[in-house]
Amino acid sequence: MSRRGSAVLAADPAAGSAPRSAPGDTGRRRDADRRQLPAFVWVLPPVLVLAAVFLYPLALVVQQSFSPDSGGTSLQPYTDVFASGAFREALGTTVWLAVGATVGCLVLGFVLALVIAFVPFPGGKAVAKFIDVFLSFPSFLITLALLFVYGTVGMANGVWTDVTGAHSGPFQFLTTPWGVLLAEITYFTPFVMRPLLAAFSQLDTAQLEVASSLGARPARIVRRVILPEALPALAAGGSLVLVMCLNEFGIVLFTGAKGVTTLPMLVYSKAILESDYPAACVVAVVNIAISVGLYGLYRVVSRRVGA
Amino acid sequence: MLVHSRGGRWATWTVFFALFLPVFALPLLVIVAASFATNWSGAFPSGFTTGHYGAATTGDSLQALTTSLVTALTASVLALTVGAWAALAAAALKKGGRRFMDALFVLPVAVPSVVVGLAVLVAFSKPPVLLNGTRWIVILAHTVLVMAFAYQSVSAAILRLDPMYEQAAASLGARPLLVLWRVKLPLLLPSLTAAAGLCFALSMGELSATMMLYPPDWTPLPVQIFAITDRGSLFTGAAVAVVLMATTLLVLLGVSRIRTKASFR
Repeated sequence: MSRRGSAVLAADPAAGSAPRSAPGDTGRRRDADRRQLPAFVWVLPPVLVLAAVFLYPLALVVQQSFSPDSGGTSLQPYTDVFASGAFREALGTTVWLAVGATVGCLVLGFVLALVIAFVPFPGGKAVAKFIDVFLSFPSFLITLALLFVYGTVGMANGVWTDVTGAHSGPFQFLTTPWGVLLAEITYFTPFVMRPLLAAFSQLDTAQLEVASSLGARPARIVRRVILPEALPALAAGGSLVLVMCLNEFGIVLFTGAKGVTTLPMLVYSKAILESDYPAACVVAVVNIAISVGLYGLYRVVSRRVGA
Repeated sequence: MLVHSRGGRWATWTVFFALFLPVFALPLLVIVAASFATNWSGAFPSGFTTGHYGAATTGDSLQALTTSLVTALTASVLALTVGAWAALAAAALKKGGRRFMDALFVLPVAVPSVVVGLAVLVAFSKPPVLLNGTRWIVILAHTVLVMAFAYQSVSAAILRLDPMYEQAAASLGARPLLVLWRVKLPLLLPSLTAAAGLCFALSMGELSATMMLYPPDWTPLPVQIFAITDRGSLFTGAAVAVVLMATTLLVLLGVSRIRTKASFR
């Protein structure tokens, strides 16, 4: 998982690439027959593979979303799903959880990256490395850990009952949306920190020294010098996290909360638990539309800022 | 340096660790601690035992580990082959074509993995290709999901490649395939192994699409962890989770060693 952020960020093609075989050199090396094949021929095999294993299945999902169990082709599945309270609730929960987690990740990630970059301490490198490792673990481990920390018999409630002698602790939020929110903020904050740390490492520290020697206090330097520099990285990291939160499944599944249903969870329960494939496909199409749209926005933002 | 006073620096660091440790270090430590415990109803776990690791490395869990390893290895090799091929071929295209390939091959990242699982399930549960109920449907979904990351890391590496080497080789009369095999691929080897490690780690932890697809006789580790914790055996689940993390880390470590060896050539 680790380099999800950086891999995505790094993928933006910079202008200029290796000059290839020029069209005019045909006579020079007549024996190099392979060279005569146009470049797009070499692209075809992987594209065909992708089409067979990804695009064709996706098209079938869209097709199935228009095919109710009663047969024929109609918008019936859509009207049914849109009319159901479960879908509206899931849509609302998904959006507010994703937005909330993104805001939380941005704030927390900005503060942490700020300290690592500008108030350096021994071991800061190790912390940055730890974050890389953190990203290579699956998300549901966070929920599993939170069960031991804030669960009904976990650490926090255990301490509370020991200290106060009460029967049960006050921390009962894990199976509510707040538990999912906490887990998502924990897991996705590193995805904001990585682009931020990259952006901070390019910032000329002389600017900070000048501002500071002119009498600006740290809060003012952060607001007037660092924040404007960090905005592109924040935008790129934030939109990536927003998309990943919208699509998060493991955290919600492990929370095991009946009250928290997000769109991916609804796809799973409609398809696997209820075997209602047309409805699952409708939810899937809505989910694809939201996240592909946002992901496109993210690509545009991160390309524009060159992050 | 943003904060100049000594006291201010210490205060900043205190705030940093007050945020960092509970949020990032605690979860991993807690899982490791819980995997050695029989009970956790106070500040610290109690009842030290290594028994959970016995359960985590035998029977179903051992089978889940090998399942995960085989799945991740197969999916990484397949995804890397297709992804690297696509990235190399896309680099030869003009700008518009490259943009198109970039958009096409990152699409699996943007589509929710649950939906990828659903799509694969819908498509391969009926003729012409019937894979539902076999291990191949899981491996196929993993391949689709990690292919995008393989493509992205390889194409980013190609952009950083110095074109002088291949031009020199070509000017000496090497055919394109020879240039690819003897010049470009060796130069790309560090990025290829890094991409392989990334794909492997992602596939090891994949849960969303797998939950939609796995047949009863092909249960990868994340699904096994979910099944165990869902039964209420949280501590055994923690031990299996530690096995998952340790395996992933070991493989990443091995891959990074290959990388440093290759870069010293």
